[in-house]
Amino acid sequence: MHTLTVAEAICEGLREEMERDPRVFLMGEDVGAIGGVFATSRGLLEKFGPDRVRDTPISEAAIVGHAIGAAVAGMRPVVECGGFVDFLALTMDQLVNQAAKLRYMFGGKGAVPIVVRAAQGSGVKLAAQHSQCLEAWFAHVPGLVVVCPSTPADAKGLLLAAIRNPNPVVFLEHKMLYFVKGDVPDGEGLERIGVAARRREGTDVTLVSYRLMAGRCQEAADLLGQRGISCEVLDLRTIRPWDREAVLASVRKTHRCVVVHEAVKSFGVGAEVAATVMEEAFDDLDAPVVRVGAHDVPIPFNETLERETVPTVERIVEAVSRLA
Amino acid sequence: MAAPTKTLDGLPAEKWVELYTIMVRIRQFEERILPLLKEGKIKGTAHPSVGQEAVAAGVCGVLQPTDYIVSNHRGHGHCIAKGMRTDQMMAELFAKRTGSNKGKGGSMHIADLDQYIIGCTGIVGSGAPIAGGAALAAKMRGTGQAVVCFFGDGGINQGVVFEAMNMAAIWQLPVVFVCENNLYALSTPAEKMTALKQLADRAQGFGFPGHQVAGNDLRAVVRATRDALERARAGQGPTLLECKTYRWYGHSAMRPDTRAYRAREEELEWRERDPLGLAERELGQAGVLPAERVAEIQRAVAREIEDAVAFAERSPDPELAEIFTDVYAPF
Repeated sequence: MHTLTVAEAICEGLREEMERDPRVFLMGEDVGAIGGVFATSRGLLEKFGPDRVRDTPISEAAIVGHAIGAAVAGMRPVVECGGFVDFLALTMDQLVNQAAKLRYMFGGKGAVPIVVRAAQGSGVKLAAQHSQCLEAWFAHVPGLVVVCPSTPADAKGLLLAAIRNPNPVVFLEHKMLYFVKGDVPDGEGLERIGVAARRREGTDVTLVSYRLMAGRCQEAADLLGQRGISCEVLDLRTIRPWDREAVLASVRKTHRCVVVHEAVKSFGVGAEVAATVMEEAFDDLDAPVVRVGAHDVPIPFNETLERETVPTVERIVEAVSRLA
Repeated sequence: MAAPTKTLDGLPAEKWVELYTIMVRIRQFEERILPLLKEGKIKGTAHPSVGQEAVAAGVCGVLQPTDYIVSNHRGHGHCIAKGMRTDQMMAELFAKRTGSNKGKGGSMHIADLDQYIIGCTGIVGSGAPIAGGAALAAKMRGTGQAVVCFFGDGGINQGVVFEAMNMAAIWQLPVVFVCENNLYALSTPAEKMTALKQLADRAQGFGFPGHQVAGNDLRAVVRATRDALERARAGQGPTLLECKTYRWYGHSAMRPDTRAYRAREEELEWRERDPLGLAERELGQAGVLPAERVAEIQRAVAREIEDAVAFAERSPDPELAEIFTDVYAPF
């Protein structure tokens, strides 16, 4: 084991994959000299040169489009579009109409092995256009893979899996987690896409979450434990495909389920998880499945308003308390 | 003693015969699908390229087999010219299992990666960065491949086309941007949507050459494409070719009407400039397309297209299980 931040773990993953596979290259806004907006490619320009660590114009749609074309022609591009997920709004045609559908429309010929990395989330006082969590947009599209890692080990291990995956992967990091440290296995540390991690065992209620909120659920579980409520905490890690079996197995044991995410509650991942639990495990439930998500508003600038817009530990505790 | 092989513009007679045959194949394929659409044997819609055959044949006809093309909604001609089989294409339009895309793409997404055709896309202009990406891969790997991106006078106004042109310029990518200016984006005249007199002048703003080409003149298209390919392969970057042409029919089978936006006189005038008739005259006079070959080629292609229709008609529908296949490459 060695200790890295999430940003360092991503950088290590990129470096190792580029060393292992000459088809892998980075492309995006400011990925070179400054090593990426969030310093996730620091030192890679010096190591691999400007051909494989390729700065681009501010042309997000074309960045993803070039990745698609390069991938179809045999490369394994990893791209960044200004760092923030909000800029991926400009790439939706390329992601949704092109990358996600190419193989299907072409009758199974071809593949689009691209990784589109972006940072999500609030907490850094950057207001409405730099703080969103948009995983539900991408998860709604058959043909895309959507990954949301939380720990340094997952960030590296799932990034490796994403780069090796033959499909378009939207890899959504969290800007509040980049500087969080954690153990990373020595060696490759490859993780599997589509497998949840059980962060805590419990018997009374299952908390389903991912990324920043997975940590907040563990904090909530500590407080709830003091009140005698035993929480099982699942970190989905991958949104599409998501680990239905792990969630259903846990709910069959605890008989209660709360889904927590930072994205707005309406029409979100939580609705998908909750509906699936009710469809597949209704008889095992002792209470309705509850969702905790951001309020239905853009992220405000003011620090207090921002903090209160997304789920807090208190809101998670309160939601669980109402169930028990 | 065998007659010496005739050449024209540096290409042997057989090559001109081949290019002319491609034009005939496109013309007959497109003319045949229109009644099949009316009969309901071809479902959905199709965007016929009749009148624009010289662009497809002239551009694709001088590519190497491993050069890529990225096409658009009006893409049958490009695909035929790049080497796709008309029986598999026809079966695709019939939505049959034997179609090039297993009946899952249809006219707007017809493709064959084995022929280095990164398909047709129905989102206007969206293929430009994909073409750039294929060119980037070719450049990074040093394969010597070039890439052609087809779009129209409508597509050239998409922001992503600007972005792709800029990136091709800064990275000196081996791309040829072929703008088929058929004067109308569906019903909208190009001259009302672009202040420039020549769309080719757009290229100057990105720092690479753009040329207006007589798009119904096979020889002109061939010459311009060869020059652009030479630049591309020499590492000198992209070229924009604005090929002025005209679609004889409406935008699509769904909107065959043209009267609201085009004058009959204009349509007749362009029919006078039929790219096939022009090629027959020019190539005939140059001695590379003997008159007796013309009728022979037309008959042979007619048989091929009827065989393609018969193949499509007798082919089975896709299995229901096909709904679920090909969404993801296995992982």
